[in-house]
Amino acid sequence: MKDTLDRATVIEAKGLDLAFQTADGPVQALKDVTLTVGRGEFVSFIGPSGCGKTTFLRAIAALETPTGGMLSVNGMTPDEARRARAYGYVFQAAGLYPWRTIAGNVKLPLEIMGFPRAEQDRRVAQVLELVDLAGFGKKFPWQLSGGMQQRASIARALAFDADILLMDEPFGALDEIVRDRLNEELLKLWARTGKTIGFVTHSIPEAVYLSTKIVVMSPRPGRITDVIDSPLPQERPLDIRDSREFIEVAHRVREGLRAGHSYEV
Amino acid sequence: MRLVVPILTVVAAIVALWYAGSVWMNSQWTLDQAARNKQTLSFTQIVRDTMDQKRPVLPAPHQVAEGLWQGVFGQAVTSKRSLVYHAWITLSATLLGFAIGAGLGVLLAVGIVHNRAMDMSVMPWAIASQTIPILAIAPMIIVVMASIGVTGLFPKAVISAYLSFFPVVVGMVKGFRSPDAMQLDLLRTYSASRAQTFWKLRFPASMPYFFTSLKIAAAAALVGAIVGELPTGAVAGLGARLLSGSYYGQTVMIWSALFMAAIVAAAMVGVIGALQAVTLKRMGMRQ
Repeated sequence: MKDTLDRATVIEAKGLDLAFQTADGPVQALKDVTLTVGRGEFVSFIGPSGCGKTTFLRAIAALETPTGGMLSVNGMTPDEARRARAYGYVFQAAGLYPWRTIAGNVKLPLEIMGFPRAEQDRRVAQVLELVDLAGFGKKFPWQLSGGMQQRASIARALAFDADILLMDEPFGALDEIVRDRLNEELLKLWARTGKTIGFVTHSIPEAVYLSTKIVVMSPRPGRITDVIDSPLPQERPLDIRDSREFIEVAHRVREGLRAGHSYEV
Repeated sequence: MRLVVPILTVVAAIVALWYAGSVWMNSQWTLDQAARNKQTLSFTQIVRDTMDQKRPVLPAPHQVAEGLWQGVFGQAVTSKRSLVYHAWITLSATLLGFAIGAGLGVLLAVGIVHNRAMDMSVMPWAIASQTIPILAIAPMIIVVMASIGVTGLFPKAVISAYLSFFPVVVGMVKGFRSPDAMQLDLLRTYSASRAQTFWKLRFPASMPYFFTSLKIAAAAALVGAIVGELPTGAVAGLGARLLSGSYYGQTVMIWSALFMAAIVAAAMVGVIGALQAVTLKRMGMRQ
């Protein structure tokens, strides 16, 4: 807790409500969500489907509009933060344009934001290096594996050097071996860039392995049931998952999920 | 190469059915002639006669092939008896109408995708326009345009455009809307403008739809031009050949013109297909 107070606040939500209007009446996607995320934190949102974790991430990105409460990003409204290029967003699917090369895809946000041409090329080379895809710039998406495509989409989100990286189940569609490798690489990338990362997942090991802070959510209405500050050290080799601390944190996450009656079938 | 045998088998079956149809449909005339001359004919004699009538009900394939050959290679291409001459008359109107129709179709689709009012108002009219039989509206277009002094190529092109804009509108609306919600959200996270969203995402994403709807539009444009030639008194063009063929009972002439039209349509679709292959390959899209 103390650690969080020391850091500058990047994302702050107070009593946040968000309801969708549907044909069957309003659906409460988020209810009374209060959370503070400090600079450089790696925050995971975990919970079953319908718990509002993705909705919360989308609200931070100004892709959804809250119906109540307060939400600020870098001290601004989410809308202003988006225009100030505060965050890069990584979706579940890589969503690369099939008609653009990998370099062309990474360049897309830079073109839209109007970076000078030479600067575009420099940044593309730099972020492709960062995600270990140097030399693949001229390939087309279909020539790459699913894991490489998702790395390219992370490079695309990093290209304009936003402070915040929002990731919505980015590795959900990948197999476990690839996912483990990408988790490891993501941690390295996070350590090197010092970005604040918001990460939605439904995998307990993934959440515990990656995060400095784990936010456990439960559905109907979507709300936070537990916030766990991870006791794990910054340096995390893959076999840390067999350590006692790891298992304890994982256990607490599971308890939190159960307390939210989240696994009722 | 493994495909050659099945393809040839199908062609052979069609030709065989056609010959059988010719014998069956033309035999009535042969039998009537024989009855009038108080003759009795053997089966072989009947078959031989049905293959070689001057005005058969259904010309045999070799008669049509000969008519087509004579029409294309048997005369100077400037001759009024040349099928190349008539095909060019029709094709020029088709191409102009196709260009107008495709351009109009794309513009309407852009409007429909970007403007809710257009979405609600244009599409019903576009659909309604295609429910009117073209045979009913073509003479009116010709007559109205002739009354203001516009004759020749352009009125036919208008009818071509009338038929060909519709598949392009439908296809391009679908194409411009083909990017999914996630791809549109991605551009929103970049605060992209509507113009940027169009040029960076919607337009390139619509390319496969574009070429597919152009193929349909090209065939429709040709039909439009031919129909446009029918009410003008039939001077030149494939439509004119069809019309004069039916005036004088020249079925071979009709069938030759029909095949010429089919060849022209196939050529246009083929050219569009080649453009599609080259464009999508250059865009890096795997076929």
